[in-house]
Amino acid sequence: MRPAEQAGGVFSGQGWSTMSVTATAPQKQGKRTRMVVDRATLHYQTKSGPLHALDDVSLELKDGEFLCIIGPSGCGKTTLLWSMAGLIKLNGGSISLDGERITRPNPHIAMIFQDANLLPWRTVERNIQLPFELKRKKMDKARINKLLERVGLGGFNDKYPRELSGGMQQRASIVRSLAVDPSILLMDEPFGALDAFTRDEMNLLVQEIWMETGKTIAFVTHSIPEAIFLADRIIVMSARPGRIAAIVDVDLPRPRQVEIQTQPEFIARVMDIKLKIDHQRGARVDHSMIG
Amino acid sequence: MSDAGNSVPSFDRKPSGDASGMAGALSASLSGGAARTGLEVFVIILVAVIIIGGSEFLLGWFEVPQYVLPKPSQIAVALVTEFPNYWPHLLVTLKELLVGFTIGASIGFVLAAVITQFPFVEKVVTPYILLLVTTPMLALVPLLILRFGFGSEPRIIAVALASGPMVMINSATGFRRVDRAKIALARSFGANTLQIFTKIRIPMAMPMIVVGLMVGSIFGLLTTVGAEMVGGAEGLGNRLTYYSSLIRMPQFFAIILILALIGISIYVFFFWLGKKWASWEA
Repeated sequence: MRPAEQAGGVFSGQGWSTMSVTATAPQKQGKRTRMVVDRATLHYQTKSGPLHALDDVSLELKDGEFLCIIGPSGCGKTTLLWSMAGLIKLNGGSISLDGERITRPNPHIAMIFQDANLLPWRTVERNIQLPFELKRKKMDKARINKLLERVGLGGFNDKYPRELSGGMQQRASIVRSLAVDPSILLMDEPFGALDAFTRDEMNLLVQEIWMETGKTIAFVTHSIPEAIFLADRIIVMSARPGRIAAIVDVDLPRPRQVEIQTQPEFIARVMDIKLKIDHQRGARVDHSMIG
Repeated sequence: MSDAGNSVPSFDRKPSGDASGMAGALSASLSGGAARTGLEVFVIILVAVIIIGGSEFLLGWFEVPQYVLPKPSQIAVALVTEFPNYWPHLLVTLKELLVGFTIGASIGFVLAAVITQFPFVEKVVTPYILLLVTTPMLALVPLLILRFGFGSEPRIIAVALASGPMVMINSATGFRRVDRAKIALARSFGANTLQIFTKIRIPMAMPMIVVGLMVGSIFGLLTTVGAEMVGGAEGLGNRLTYYSSLIRMPQFFAIILILALIGISIYVFFFWLGKKWASWEA
């Protein structure tokens, strides 16, 4: 674990820490608001009738904050994140970044998808090159190599995604998103398909990246322990219609170690959020929520 | 112990063969039949020697007349000594195939790319494309000859009509494989419609496009030869009717040998193309 104070880490080095000068362990008090989701509403027409994916969802994303969005499957958390990325248009309400309304993808925002979402016909390096190709910019190869090195993928430049494990694929996809130096990272259940051990490793890596770069992160997950481990603040959503059921602050000290997940205090928080979700879902108790 | 030891390499060999293979759709037809080890190659050659040597011997033994079935040696002699006679016809056939296929494949590819963007148009057009695919375009050749004469034009048109829909229908299948997440990925990095098309949709459709090109070109070859047999005085197809009418069977079989060679070359070329462009889809 790298102390947050150690400035000039690879992630923030070479002029690619952006807006936030405070690239150290963030305190959420007194931070300015970056993103505002204001009464977001979205419904789809499906074959079985209209589906209310988002109903009057409002939240704020503060500069340098680590926000987790959690909820049962089908609660619209992925939809919410995709809307924040400008990939889905809302039926009602608005989403804005630094006061500017988001209607399409924004260069300040990078998305990390489920299952890594690497292009199977491109090598790791060519995958990372994709955003640069799209913007017709030259990629700084030395920096990419440093980044790959930093996430433990040094020398894997010419490997194809199918030659990598799930965890390694997701590492490559994280590098791809970091490479364009966004100030906001939106992560859509990135580690949902990974085994528990790999997932712990990836969570530590994400925490390190976040502490080194001070990027603002919104992280969607269906695992309560993952959310508590990573987040400053957790948005708990309920399903059908997708609504915010509760907002929970997590003030555990950083950097957090994997072991804290076994401490009574941590487990108490897990139970607390689980109760909040169960309450929303009626009396039905679903143990699959502890993921 | 020795059993276990033997089973290891065979396990090892299979995945490596598949990995070097190609598109899932192709792998059954391609890498399935491709030889891999020295032993397999040896046996394949052995079988060829037995068939050729055996038929040579049996045809001689039973004194089968040349006009019924020539000996392999007679075919070989006809192929080598009279090759200059075949050469201009070979060129004509290749030209017709190449021009017709290029026209048909280009139109088919563009049509597939455009039509799959509009589901309604696609639904309307598909039955007619299917009609073109399933109707033997050879049937049109006599009609085309009436209109365009006995030159290469009617045959080129027939080849284009035969190969185009094949390319189109396979490419369309490829273009329809929309991966929402991959398109969203490109969009999230600011890609425009054209970039999504060139960076995501085409590479994703590539395995099926290669299949379409291969099937289309083989169909094109069939149609070229067939059309040459129907009318005109040039091309390998025409030579087939010519030599059979004169009962010059060694020459007839030499032409068939050349056609087989063209077919194999087409197959090998697209196999290579698939490896190069579509090997990611294991």
